Amino acid sequence: MSVQHTRHDLDVLVTGTASDAHTWNLIFLQLYCEERGCRVTNLGPCVPDDLLVATCRRLDPDLVVLSSVNGHGFADGLRAVEAVHRQPGLATLPMVIGGKLGTDGALTPARVWRLRDAGFTSVFDGGDLTAFDELLDEFTGARLVAS
Amino acid sequence: MTRRWPASFGEVVAANAAAGNLVVQPRMGFDQPAMMRAGLVATRLAAAATVGTLTLDSYTRVGDHAHAEAALAEGIALNGYPIVTHPTQDTRALLDGVADAGFPVQVRHGSPDPRRIVRALVAAGLDATEGGPVSYCLPYGRAPLRESVANWRRSCELLVDGTPAGRVPHVESFGGCLLGQLCPPSLLVAVSLLEALFFTQHGIGSVSLSYSQQTDAGQDEEALAALRTLAGEHLPADVDRHIVLYTYMGVFPSAPDGAADLLRASARLAARAGAERLIVKTVAESQRIPTIAENVRALELAAATAATAATVERAESVVDTGVLAEARRLVDAVLGLHDDVGTALEKAFALGLLDVPFCLHPDNAGRTRGVIAEDGTLRWADVGAMPIARPATRGRTVLTSARLLTDLQHVARLYER
Repeated sequence: MSVQHTRHDLDVLVTGTASDAHTWNLIFLQLYCEERGCRVTNLGPCVPDDLLVATCRRLDPDLVVLSSVNGHGFADGLRAVEAVHRQPGLATLPMVIGGKLGTDGALTPARVWRLRDAGFTSVFDGGDLTAFDELLDEFTGARLVAS
Repeated sequence: MTRRWPASFGEVVAANAAAGNLVVQPRMGFDQPAMMRAGLVATRLAAAATVGTLTLDSYTRVGDHAHAEAALAEGIALNGYPIVTHPTQDTRALLDGVADAGFPVQVRHGSPDPRRIVRALVAAGLDATEGGPVSYCLPYGRAPLRESVANWRRSCELLVDGTPAGRVPHVESFGGCLLGQLCPPSLLVAVSLLEALFFTQHGIGSVSLSYSQQTDAGQDEEALAALRTLAGEHLPADVDRHIVLYTYMGVFPSAPDGAADLLRASARLAARAGAERLIVKTVAESQRIPTIAENVRALELAAATAATAATVERAESVVDTGVLAEARRLVDAVLGLHDDVGTALEKAFALGLLDVPFCLHPDNAGRTRGVIAEDGTLRWADVGAMPIARPATRGRTVLTSARLLTDLQHVARLYER
């Protein structure tokens, strides 16, 4: 793959969800985003909502990537996106979530829509990397237009 | 309620070991008492030497009991049993007539602050659990190591104080499983030993030392032998101890045949290396939380495999590639820092003398890295400040997301067919 110079300016915050202790998904996502030219801050696993909010305020990232594989992603993700978007100045911060989001396999379409309604730009249930890559492309494009 | 369950966790494992049976155990946890009871009954009735498991949910693990309660109220499924949230009498009722002599139940949780969990399990009449100040802190959360050490000290005391006379409380170190993958065996052995020693310093009379199956059976056998050697050298003679092996904890083969083969390989490893207990994985594990029936099938397959292996495969002399010497250097370096193992562990991580590869915790130095070598064994690519030999060729592999995925899926690929 050719080097994607256009992506240099994207600041991405990679984070686990409040109850999820898994790390490998976060390490992988960090490397994956870095290889695509993003600057990545990796908050690690088990990030409570207040730490996520404080970090978003401090870093002002272009994109927040939540990853969860413990089955609580639906519930944790809902709370996280609402907690962040409730804050003044963070109401429009783009957030996406992916991984294994339910306890019994794929989320129902209704639950995916519930997450989108709550404020997620995209929901990658099952961890669709191709779709995630396309999203990173879109964000880079959006920034180039904006700047 | 004057009836007591006479046989402690460690005694049951020892009795089975004496009879030549590998004890097999699931990782089972359900949010509703009726389902949890059904799981324990099925585990007990499985055609295998079993002990029971009560695995807690992730909210209880992180101390977020309000959200465990809210999820129960809203009907959102939890990934385990919220022992702090359910009333004590409900937990006692689900255990009644199931957990007794010959079938002890271990509470598995993953918390850096298990004080309320220990109070709840003791109140329910249980006295076996697992974890550790390092293994349930660094890889799984953000709680400062110092707090985790203090919480685990207090939790050991609560467990000792809450265990009735005549019973011996049991704590298993989860130190042999740090992040599950890509941690070379010497560090797994060292942390498991150090945590077990920590438990004994706080009055726990029965401990187990864990090790999780890695990428190479020969290397794993060497590590299990090293663990037994160091336990013999360091643990007080009057402390009951055994070794528990975990079936591979990383990415599992998605094909059922491959998954079953990997489970069988772990059972053979346990039998050859003389591990007394095995925590199994199910064929469904890579996709979702397994059913009770899938757990039972895994237990029975592992037990049958181990029984066969025990009669035909005798442990030959283990090839020494240096795992014991490396683990011993790590253990000695830590124990030289302070007489209190908890304090020594805090100092060791602060100095980088212990450093868990790929661990993002703020108290972990994060300068080490493990890789899978061309011969399939796990090796150090970087040892950071740990007091062990640096790898011969440093920095030859750049870590990319693709390389990481390749290593993480190495074992699954070996067993795909």
